[in-house]
Amino acid sequence: MRALKTAILSAALALGIAGAAQAAEGVHIPKQDWPHSGIFGTIDKASAQRGFQIYKEVCSACHSMRLVPIRTLAGIGYNEEELKAIAASYEVQAGPNDQGEMFMRPGLASDRFPSPFPNDQAARVANNGALPPDLSLMAKARVGGEDYVYAFLTGFEEAPADVHLMPGMNYNKVFPGHQVGMPNILQPDGVTFADGTKATVEQQAHDVATFLTFAAEPHLDARKQMGVKVVLFLIVLAGLMYAVKRKLWSTLH
Amino acid sequence: MAQAQASKFKNPVVNWIDSRLPIFTMLDHEYNHYPMPRNVNYLWAFGAIAGIMLVIMIATGLFLAMQYSSHTSLAFDSVERIMRDVNYGWLMRYVHANGASMFFIAVYIHMFRGLYYGSYKAPREILWILGVIIFLVMMGTAFMGYVLPWGQMSFWGATVITNLFSAFPIVGDPIVTLLWGGFSVDNPTLNRFFALHFLLPFVLLGLVILHTAALHVCGSNNPLGIDAKGPQDTVPFNPYVTIKDGFAVVIFLIIYAIFVFFMPNYMGHPDNYIPANPLVTPAHIVPEWYFLPFYAMLRAIPDKLGGVLAMFGSIALLAFLPWLDRSKVRSCKFRPVYRQFFWILAIDALVLGYAGAMPAEGAWLIIARIGTFYYFFHFLVLLPVLGKLERPRPLPTSIAESVLKGGGGIAAGAHAKPMEKA
Repeated sequence: MRALKTAILSAALALGIAGAAQAAEGVHIPKQDWPHSGIFGTIDKASAQRGFQIYKEVCSACHSMRLVPIRTLAGIGYNEEELKAIAASYEVQAGPNDQGEMFMRPGLASDRFPSPFPNDQAARVANNGALPPDLSLMAKARVGGEDYVYAFLTGFEEAPADVHLMPGMNYNKVFPGHQVGMPNILQPDGVTFADGTKATVEQQAHDVATFLTFAAEPHLDARKQMGVKVVLFLIVLAGLMYAVKRKLWSTLH
Repeated sequence: MAQAQASKFKNPVVNWIDSRLPIFTMLDHEYNHYPMPRNVNYLWAFGAIAGIMLVIMIATGLFLAMQYSSHTSLAFDSVERIMRDVNYGWLMRYVHANGASMFFIAVYIHMFRGLYYGSYKAPREILWILGVIIFLVMMGTAFMGYVLPWGQMSFWGATVITNLFSAFPIVGDPIVTLLWGGFSVDNPTLNRFFALHFLLPFVLLGLVILHTAALHVCGSNNPLGIDAKGPQDTVPFNPYVTIKDGFAVVIFLIIYAIFVFFMPNYMGHPDNYIPANPLVTPAHIVPEWYFLPFYAMLRAIPDKLGGVLAMFGSIALLAFLPWLDRSKVRSCKFRPVYRQFFWILAIDALVLGYAGAMPAEGAWLIIARIGTFYYFFHFLVLLPVLGKLERPRPLPTSIAESVLKGGGGIAAGAHAKPMEKA
C-alpha cells in the first residue's frame, strides 16, 4: 500500500503543476458561492431563467450566443410551449425559397440564438472597433470561469487618477489591461424580474453568470449525477477486488 | 504430410483453432502462467494501467472521430456539437481529454518506477528503449490531439511546436513546410494532424505488444532488483497479479472519474474554449501540463537550436540510460547514495514543470536553467561516476528468502485452483 500512496502522491504533485499553469496569469478573481459548485451542486434554474432574461434584454444587443440552440433552455425549466414562444420571438433568416430568395421567419426551438450582427466587421463598426465576444462558452473560456464573469460584470469603476483611458474605453478592475470597450451595462433595476427578485447589480451579475455557466455546459447536472453513481460503483468494486486479493494472496505467506 | 500441432485444450473448437494457430497456448503461457516475482509492489501495476488507458483512449477516440470534422471552419463547432447535441458526447470527450492526462500520469509513474528499481539494466535494455520510443510516439499523438479542437491554444501550440523544427540548419524549413502542408498552420495542418492522430495510437498498440514481448523474454523486474531463480520466487500471473493489478486499475479509475465528472476542465486551458484566431496571440502560450518540464528546458537555453536540442536530447538521453548507469546493482534499495539523487531528480522534474508554466523571465528563467543543467548532470555525470564510486549494500540471495523470512509455500499453479485451499 505504501507504493500506492507514493504513486497517488506523485500524481497529486503532477497535478499541482496543472494548477500552477493557471495561477500564472491574470489578476485575483474572488471565488463566489454557487449553487452549482461542488459534487452535488446543480444549476439554480430560477437564477438561470433570470440570467436568460438579462441576456435577452441586455447582453444580446451586442453579444452573440451562436453555438446554443434555443431548445437547450429546456434544461433550466422551460416547457415546450414556453420554448416555442421564446423561439418565435426571434426572427431567423431561412431559405432559399422556390423563388431563390432568402426570407425571414419566426424562430423555432431547434434554431440557434440569432446573432445581433451579420459578421465580426459589422460588430466592430457598431462597437467603436471592439468585438463583443460570443457568449456560448464564456463561463469556460476565461481563467476563473463563472467567478470571472461575476467579477467582470461587477468590476466597473472610475479609473484611478494615474490611468489614462483611451477614447471610448471603460475601466474594469479585473479585465486584463483594465481597459475594456464594453460599458458598465448592468444598472440597478435595469431589468424587472417576473419572479419579483430585486434586480441589484450583484443579483444580475450572479444570474447572468449562472445562465452562462449553463449555456457553456448544458449537461452539467447530468454529468455530476452520473459521476456520483460511477464513483460509488467503483468504490464498491474496489472493496470487492481488495477483499479477493487479500484472500488469494493470504495462501502465499 | 503436414500435421496439426497437438493442443492441450479440451474444448474442441478451441483445440481445433489452437492446433492450427496456437494463440490460446500463447495467451495461456504469457498471461496465465507467466511467472511474476512474488515481491512486486503496486508500482508494478502502472504498466497495466497505462495499457488500459491506451484502450480507453482508442475506444473513446473512435466515437469522437465519428462526429468530428477536421476542417478549420468546422472543427471548433463540431467539438461543441459533440458536447451539446451528440448523445453522451460530453462524456466521450471529457473521458478522452482527461484520459490523455491520466495516461501521462500512469506512464510517468511507470517510468520513474523503472528508474528507481533499475528496470532498464541488462538484460532489459531493448525493453527500456521500446518504452522510450512509446513515450515519444505518445507525446506526438497527444500534441496532435490537442490541436484538433482548433481553439486558441491548439492553434498557437501547434505554431510554436512545429516552428521548433525550423531551428535545424538546412533541413529545418523544409520539415516545417512538410508538417504544415503549406506556409503557416492552416487547414492542411489540421487535416494531416487528424489523420496522424488516428493512426499513431495503433502504432502505439504495436509498440506496446513488442514492449510486452520483450518483457516476457526476461521477466519482470522486482523491488529487490535480483533475478527470480525458481518457482519459490514467483507467482503465476493469473490469478495473483491479475487481481492485484485489477484492484490498482479500479483505484486509478476512481481518481480518473473524479476528474471527468467533477472537474473536467481542471487540466485544460480556458483559452482553448476560444476559437483559433491567427491574428490574436494569447498572453502566454502554455502547452499541456505533461509537456511542461520539456517546455522549460526548451526556453531555458538562450539559443533556439540549443533549446530544441536540449528538449529532444533530454528524451533521447533516456534511451542510453542502460549504458550510462555503470552500477551492476539494479534496485535503489541497495544503492544508498544513488537513492538520494533519484529523489533530487524527481524534484528537479517537478520544479522544471512548474518553471515551464511560468513566464520565462526573472527568477523562473534562472530556476529553469539550473533545473535543466541538473537534469543533464544527473544522467551524464552522476550516473556513470556513482556506478564506480558507490558501495552498494549486500544483495539478498533470493527473493523468497528476503520476502518470506524463511519458509512459506510455493505459489499454487494456475491449475491447482488456489481458491479451494483458502
